Amino acid sequence: MSGYFILAILGLAFILTFQIAKASEYVSVLKGEEKSFKQNNRINAFLMIVFLVLGLAGAWWCNELFYNKTLLAQPAASDHGEKIDFMLILTIAVTGLVFLLTQILLFWFAYKYQFSERRTVYYFPHNNKLELIWTVVPAIFLTLLVGLGLFYWFKITGDAPKDAQIVEITGKQFNWMMRYPGKDNILGRKNYRLTDASNGNALGVDWEDGASHDDIEATEMHLVVGKSVQLVINAQDVIHDVGLVHFRLKMDAVPGIPTTLWFTPLYTTAQMKEITGNKEFVYEISCDQICGSGHYSMRGVIIVETQEEYDAWLASKKPQYLTVKEAATPTPAPADSTAAVSVLNASKPLAQLK
Amino acid sequence: MSSETITLGQAVAEVHSHGSHDAHGHDHHHEESFLSKYIFCTDHKMIGKQFLITGIIWAIIGGLFSVLFRLQLGYPEATFPFLEDLFGKWAAGGRISNEFYYALVTMHGTILVFFVLTAGLSGTFANILIPLQIGARDMASGFLNMLSYWFFFGASVVMFASLFIQTGPASGGWTVYPPLSALGQASEGSKLGMDFWLISMALFIVSSLLGGLNYISTILNLRTKGLSMTRLPLTMWAIFFTAVLGVLSFPVLLSGAVLLLFDRNLGTSFFLSEIVVKGEILPNEGGSAILFQHLFWFLGHPEVYIILLPAMGMVSEILSVNSRKPIFGYLAMVGSMFAICILAFLVWAHHMFVTGLNPFLGAFFVLLTLLIAVPSAIKVFNWITTLWKGNVRFTPGMLFAIGFVSLFISGGLTGIFLGNSTLDIHLHDTYFVVAHFHIVMGVASFFGMFAGVYHWFPKMYSRFLNNTMAYIHFWVTFVGAYLIFWPMHYAGLAGMPRRYTDWSNWQSFNMFADMNRFISTVAMIVFAVQLLFVFNFFYSIFKGRKVTSKNPWGANTLEWTTPITPGHGNWPGDVPEVHRWAYDYGKDGREFIPQTEPIGANESKH
Repeated sequence: MSGYFILAILGLAFILTFQIAKASEYVSVLKGEEKSFKQNNRINAFLMIVFLVLGLAGAWWCNELFYNKTLLAQPAASDHGEKIDFMLILTIAVTGLVFLLTQILLFWFAYKYQFSERRTVYYFPHNNKLELIWTVVPAIFLTLLVGLGLFYWFKITGDAPKDAQIVEITGKQFNWMMRYPGKDNILGRKNYRLTDASNGNALGVDWEDGASHDDIEATEMHLVVGKSVQLVINAQDVIHDVGLVHFRLKMDAVPGIPTTLWFTPLYTTAQMKEITGNKEFVYEISCDQICGSGHYSMRGVIIVETQEEYDAWLASKKPQYLTVKEAATPTPAPADSTAAVSVLNASKPLAQLK
Repeated sequence: MSSETITLGQAVAEVHSHGSHDAHGHDHHHEESFLSKYIFCTDHKMIGKQFLITGIIWAIIGGLFSVLFRLQLGYPEATFPFLEDLFGKWAAGGRISNEFYYALVTMHGTILVFFVLTAGLSGTFANILIPLQIGARDMASGFLNMLSYWFFFGASVVMFASLFIQTGPASGGWTVYPPLSALGQASEGSKLGMDFWLISMALFIVSSLLGGLNYISTILNLRTKGLSMTRLPLTMWAIFFTAVLGVLSFPVLLSGAVLLLFDRNLGTSFFLSEIVVKGEILPNEGGSAILFQHLFWFLGHPEVYIILLPAMGMVSEILSVNSRKPIFGYLAMVGSMFAICILAFLVWAHHMFVTGLNPFLGAFFVLLTLLIAVPSAIKVFNWITTLWKGNVRFTPGMLFAIGFVSLFISGGLTGIFLGNSTLDIHLHDTYFVVAHFHIVMGVASFFGMFAGVYHWFPKMYSRFLNNTMAYIHFWVTFVGAYLIFWPMHYAGLAGMPRRYTDWSNWQSFNMFADMNRFISTVAMIVFAVQLLFVFNFFYSIFKGRKVTSKNPWGANTLEWTTPITPGHGNWPGDVPEVHRWAYDYGKDGREFIPQTEPIGANESKH
């Protein structure tokens, strides 16, 4: 019922607007087009300046409302993130100045040079000096931004430190799976054709590869504070994206093409709870590339902790190979199917980083 | 005086009174059948109107889709029983289902980018303006031009049909990245709807190519006597560069679409490799999902300029006419459009910084992308200088042109963030991107389109649009656009990912519920005001105030030397000859000097 009511109100508002519009057109014809043109011109010129003032005030107010909800209000949780935050602030400062300058000039000129019978326009088709200035000055600022941006870009995308911890993360509709290389620090070889979630091999690990026997699988990612980590990123079905907002990083997960990303976490989850004043704080992994109907719910969790906490957690986990083997001992059947496809084994250089 | 030329033209027209004066030998005085006049018409003006009205219909549909998904985003807890009445299982219980949400988002993007802002904007104004502003009777090939519209119509029919199939339309985002778009198992929208999408796009591309080739050859070959390239109005330059971009980049998207169709239906593996979907192990190996992104963005990025350049051209023209002052730095304007046109081809991979792209390669794309800011800055400063010491008339067209410049600045500056790969790692696929491209490409181009419609409506229909409704339309849309998209930057700076139906389960993103409700409410108001514009448009075609003089805006360009209602062939007498550039406003104390007026003996040089 209320729906019809709203529709009726909307309809009436429409008719009212139309009638006013129509009437004002008749009035302008009666008053003389010249006169109503001038009146409208004054009103619109005034609104230009009103828009400028209210717009800038509104932008200020918007900033007051939302600044503390953005990540700018909290420190970046990774070393790369700190560089990105600096770059961000610098870019905001440079573009902010240009924004203010150009918007103020635009609306101020529109207001100031509104139509007047007395005004004769200044015939000003071009001026090489002016044009040179506003070609060269932006170019200089952009060179600065590009230069600094690329300097950081190569640092961030460069090689990970030799002692970086390796964690593999694999996306599938709609969750994340982690794998740790175990004591040998080598991830066991994978072959997607071996994928068999019902028999404990959701990642398609090739058990024939001895390096896989101590690999540990998990649903949460545990990282050590202050220790560099290199993520090896995979996807099984469609493209996903490992979004790490607090670390200011992200990298696509592409089926068939492993990608990598490395960083050093700076604060433990517990420290971040204090910094943000949010007791519920948790590092989240968001999927940032549309991946189907459950895209918005593809959430992972990272726990950044001290070395001792991490070691304790790792010790509590059993290698997936052992779990699978124990489950398989009573019925040896699954072993056959593995053997049958092992001919297809493709070696995956990236899976054996180091 | 200009009036002399016009009188002369009329006298010539009278002498030739019937037939034969038309270059086509086509007699436009005889009664045409409904079919040849309105449907299978080869008159560029009618084809332009066909593009425009089809574009308006699509804009209503695409806009309505955004209202629907904004309902979900703004009021995630609420139920709307009327949605279930309308959409059945897609909105069971009055809530938009996830599949439906993604279908709406995908269709909103596809419709607005391609069907409204490509066909509806450049299709419309290229057709209406090219022959009129270069002094030609019609396009180089009227028949190809007609085919261009009908291929677009065919594409529209296929896309519209896809809205009604059982598994729904495509729902993998307007960029349709495989493997999501290639695998029916992965998503409902990747079933039949995706085939429809690809077929529709293929037809659309054919339409664009036919149109584009025609625009290029017409502008190059059919200019009237005296109209050298450097005397062309900036609208013509803009449309020319747009057409070049389209002709060179659309075929690449066609190849991507065809290969994707093969992967979907013929078992090929262009984009597929080592996939396990829903527990099913697929045999495809050796393809590259990233290859599609290269093919897509090789069009997709020029596409942004295909949308934006015609708007820039029209805004330049309208700003100059209504400031009563020449456009500042004409050659720099042409040069910057040329630079944008070239750079548009060299920056596509800035959409792919986080796909695992080689960082060294990425560095070149950063450099080339940020280079675009230089010609863009030149344009902005030149527009502002055009206003300086002018005598500004705030016609509805002028209001939208000024709004365009403001939006172009706001949205352009955020491009400097996203084009810098270091920042893109953080901001990629967040609401910052949504805010950026909606302002600079979506709303700004719409403003260019509105400016064009208000400015050239008198030429199209010999009537004016209602001014009061136009002012309401402008101010509500302008304020509304900023209210909707400005706060989104903050959500982006909080890292909030785009294309999420619901953020309530996220610790990191659940604090923007109020903002989303506000944005949704404003979006609905702005949408309602667009309907007011549509009403004004159709009402004014039949009942608007009549145009009483040939040149209501006091403009210099050739379209205003045609009769108030030009027939097929545009000029009843000879095609006018051009003696000067299009921007002699306020020269030597005269308000305007039409292009048809010969240079006077004592005229000052510029």
